[in-house]
Amino acid sequence: MSIKKTLFGPLFDNNPIALQILGICSALAVTTKMESVIVMAVAVTLVIAVSNFSVSLIRNHVPNSIRIIVMMTIIASLVIVTDQILKAYVYDVAKSMSVYIGLIITNCIVMGRAEAYAMKNGPFMSLLDGIGNGLGYSIVLIFVGVFRELFGSGKLFGVSLLPLTNEGGWYQGNGMMLLSPSAFFLIGIFIWVLRSWKKDQVGK
Amino acid sequence: MSNDSIGKTFLVAGLLCVFCAVLVSGSAVTLRPLQEANKVLDVKKNLLMAAGLIEGEPTAKEIDAAFGKIETVLVDLATGEVVEGVDPASYDVAAAAKDPKLSVSIPASVDKAQIKTRGKYGKIYFYKPQGEVEMVILPIHGKGLWSTLWGFMAISSDLNTIKGIGFYQHGETPGLGGEIDNPSWKAVWPGKKLYNEDGQAAIDVIKGAAPKDSKHQIDGLSGATITAVGVENLVNYWFGNDGYQKFLDKLRAETASTDDSVSMAQ
Repeated sequence: MSIKKTLFGPLFDNNPIALQILGICSALAVTTKMESVIVMAVAVTLVIAVSNFSVSLIRNHVPNSIRIIVMMTIIASLVIVTDQILKAYVYDVAKSMSVYIGLIITNCIVMGRAEAYAMKNGPFMSLLDGIGNGLGYSIVLIFVGVFRELFGSGKLFGVSLLPLTNEGGWYQGNGMMLLSPSAFFLIGIFIWVLRSWKKDQVGK
Repeated sequence: MSNDSIGKTFLVAGLLCVFCAVLVSGSAVTLRPLQEANKVLDVKKNLLMAAGLIEGEPTAKEIDAAFGKIETVLVDLATGEVVEGVDPASYDVAAAAKDPKLSVSIPASVDKAQIKTRGKYGKIYFYKPQGEVEMVILPIHGKGLWSTLWGFMAISSDLNTIKGIGFYQHGETPGLGGEIDNPSWKAVWPGKKLYNEDGQAAIDVIKGAAPKDSKHQIDGLSGATITAVGVENLVNYWFGNDGYQKFLDKLRAETASTDDSVSMAQ
């Protein structure tokens, strides 16, 4: 597979959330504010990239019987380190993300890519695959986050665009956008639009 | 050695564990000083924000400078006496509430804040810009809808009038219960009185907007009734008899006896 396809394929052609339907849980949890969306997207992309790379490096030495727990250990360690770094350097954001950074461990995309790709391919391509899938995840997260923050609280990145009625403006915030179910609807819409554009993704 | 042999399995598992353990503990140890400093700074920042002493995004220097005018004491909540011999800086209210040696369980009948246990001591901050106490800032916490809300209440030197309130940690729904962080809601609090004529903590979060001249009523938050009632309950708990009231009564009596003119003016 070409570098370009590995890196950019996961954006739309093989999106981890929209086509592989992995990692939906965190797409619901952290998308009420763009600030947390960006931190989550960067953190997940880094974790997938590094875990894919490391798993791929040792793939020829991993006994089959313990391969899942080996991947899990690598991923968990990376996530803990990420969490520690965030707490040390961007404390406010890390605090607002609370448990969700730790929950990257359970993000199916990370494990899914390690098992499906990194165990069979070389380190460089695995790294690209990790970055690509991280970006694919980020696109959906940003899509959902923009709608939820803008229509839920009238803001983007905390900057007020639609002044809310309870702060003296004209826009009545859509409370549902701030609750998790709205992310389901938005992801559904994303998948719908994507599949209308790329017809070959339609399930048979 | 074949990959699937028992020896290799143990070897790989062992090496991986050692490597990951070093990585994780290494990062935890090297970053801890930074994290601890952040945590301390964060509590200070939230305290100063609740008291309205700083605004916006202050730097660490500004926070420390503003905090320099604050004096901290520990108070035994059961008696209202100041505790000597324990360094207030080393006493963590949240940790003490969970520590069996430092906490007491709250009888269910008075546990309005639904926190079950609390630290024996209360940590109380006096804001003394020119030597005189201008403001007293007290930590408060209690259950909202999903989570425990942690915050500070700042009251003026008459020990009754609210100066400000702020929560620095909670897990309420953003946009609904999370509106307790909304500046326009927090702006409703200053000027309200904690205690009614009978000396009872009487904060009352009502449905809709509170009348302008009301002493104890606070606007409700639409879509966040349980969180708002949680705030009412936790404020009334902490300023009630099981909370800071004994200490505040004592302090009020002391200031009245040492400085009659001030208490007359109030």
